[in-house]
Amino acid sequence: MTSNFTIELNSLLVALPEIFLISGIVVVLLIDLFLKSKFKQITYHLTHLCLLITGVLSFNLIGNPETVIFSNSFVLDDMGSVFKVFIAGSTMVAMVYSRHYLIEQGLFKGEYFVLILLAVFGMMVMASGSSLLTLYIGLEILSLSLYTLIAIARNRSVSVEAALKYFILGAIASGLLLYGISMVYGISGSINIEEIFAFASGSNLAPRETLILNFGLVFLVIGIAFKLGAVPFHMWVPDVYEGAPTSVTMFLSTVPKIAALAMLVRILIDGLGPMHSYWSDLFIALSLLSIALGSVVAIMQTNIKRMLAYSTISHVGFIMLGFVTGTISGYGSATFYVIVYVLMSLAAFGIVILLNSKGYEADNISDYKGLSKRSPWFALVMLVVMLSMAGVPPFIGFYSKFFILQQVVSAGFLTIAIIAVVFAVISAYYYLQIIKSMYFDDSESEAVIKAPMDMKIVLSINGALILVVGLFPDFWMKLAVSLF
Amino acid sequence: MITLSDYLILSAIVFCIGLAGIFINRTNIITLLMCVELMLAAVNTNFIAFSYFLGDYTGQIFVFFVLTVAAAEVAIGLGIVTLVYRNKGSINIDVTNSLRG
Repeated sequence: MTSNFTIELNSLLVALPEIFLISGIVVVLLIDLFLKSKFKQITYHLTHLCLLITGVLSFNLIGNPETVIFSNSFVLDDMGSVFKVFIAGSTMVAMVYSRHYLIEQGLFKGEYFVLILLAVFGMMVMASGSSLLTLYIGLEILSLSLYTLIAIARNRSVSVEAALKYFILGAIASGLLLYGISMVYGISGSINIEEIFAFASGSNLAPRETLILNFGLVFLVIGIAFKLGAVPFHMWVPDVYEGAPTSVTMFLSTVPKIAALAMLVRILIDGLGPMHSYWSDLFIALSLLSIALGSVVAIMQTNIKRMLAYSTISHVGFIMLGFVTGTISGYGSATFYVIVYVLMSLAAFGIVILLNSKGYEADNISDYKGLSKRSPWFALVMLVVMLSMAGVPPFIGFYSKFFILQQVVSAGFLTIAIIAVVFAVISAYYYLQIIKSMYFDDSESEAVIKAPMDMKIVLSINGALILVVGLFPDFWMKLAVSLF
Repeated sequence: MITLSDYLILSAIVFCIGLAGIFINRTNIITLLMCVELMLAAVNTNFIAFSYFLGDYTGQIFVFFVLTVAAAEVAIGLGIVTLVYRNKGSINIDVTNSLRG
């Protein structure tokens, strides 16, 4: 039995990043328990260390041959590992931005960091799940941590209300997803992604079987669309973004999108890929509605967090458009878009957090008036971010939209591409409005913007990346396509 | 003899009651939690029925996980309800209206 034991041990190494992270969470939780409140910085640094090591471990696993362990429920492949590196990395950036804000708002507690780590753990499980059970468990670990994170500002009634709304709608979404899973399990007899693929691509599928598989598929798509926040399942997005503490909004608007994309790829492409002609129609409707509503409704917003929420909805529409094509380069361009979106959104929320001074949330767009005089450098960063989100060359936001539309056109959906471009142009209006108030309006407040050095440096690098990566986009695009 | 479709119809009805309850109910937050539980119970019925008629145990194992997650979800849900009560002094749905949506 010795040889069996070695095999088991080797297969554990495949899940090393997850195993390390979950042990790290326990250690951080225990250490935090014995720390006095003035030493809470130690928890923060330990969390960073955990994420860093997890990221490095995941990075080392890139290039390994595809391995499936734990009775076919956990898969190691390049796509999962790359996503894990990005998840760990963007969480670290989000935490650097949050630290100052958390201290000022009195939220700098051990629980906050442990919950962030738990959410990261859930996302990593989602990125590696190769059975519907693993994917569901990962999704729930993520969602439960997020509900709690939003409600962590216990005395802010808007935060509690946002948490309640997110909780109820999230529970509906997981209920729908589960119903879809049960249908797919019932007809295919398996919850394993590969076996479902084999079943769905079988040539002797009875019409009745196709019907039931389709029935389950619709529920799965609705569940995923809920989690991504696509129209018409977007009702929670603006409310939760506005109500949650800004640092939590930043976290939940960026990193979980990577994990949701991973789950989408696992379920709908690796699993139900043969049903593409059925779900691509749903995706066309969802993505066009998201792009249209996200672009138009954002114009009317006066709160910057709500505006960014609607902008997220329209970005999600573009991401889903990449899956309509049904080609590998289409999926690659969607992956590229998600990474670009995370980069831009982190920088945008970084600026929003920067403007928050003690006891005062700079949530209104009018608070950005005259930012160029108060802080020319960060006004420039915001300018880059906004232009990139609007899709102006040479920033990466342009190339990510360009690749998606290129794939959509070459797949023969010219009308869809034209509609998407028209709404992208409309959405430029509200991005430009912020630039206008930063550069051409007079400031109402003369308060100097204070921020710690680490945040300033990371924010500047983040802004610079948006420009620099845009200089050679083909390289990144090829990298993204090679994941599939 | 109860057939598979009987179980499926029952679970579909229970699922719809749960879903409708969430959208129709405009009074109490605790009722919302009960409706969520109904939806999960319907899914569990589905899993067990399929598992029995397929002669495959995966579905029953899935149910254990769903039950565990549902318990955790209710714990967090009730925690949030407690916070709502502390902040607003009531757990009627009408009090959660400061965010438009």
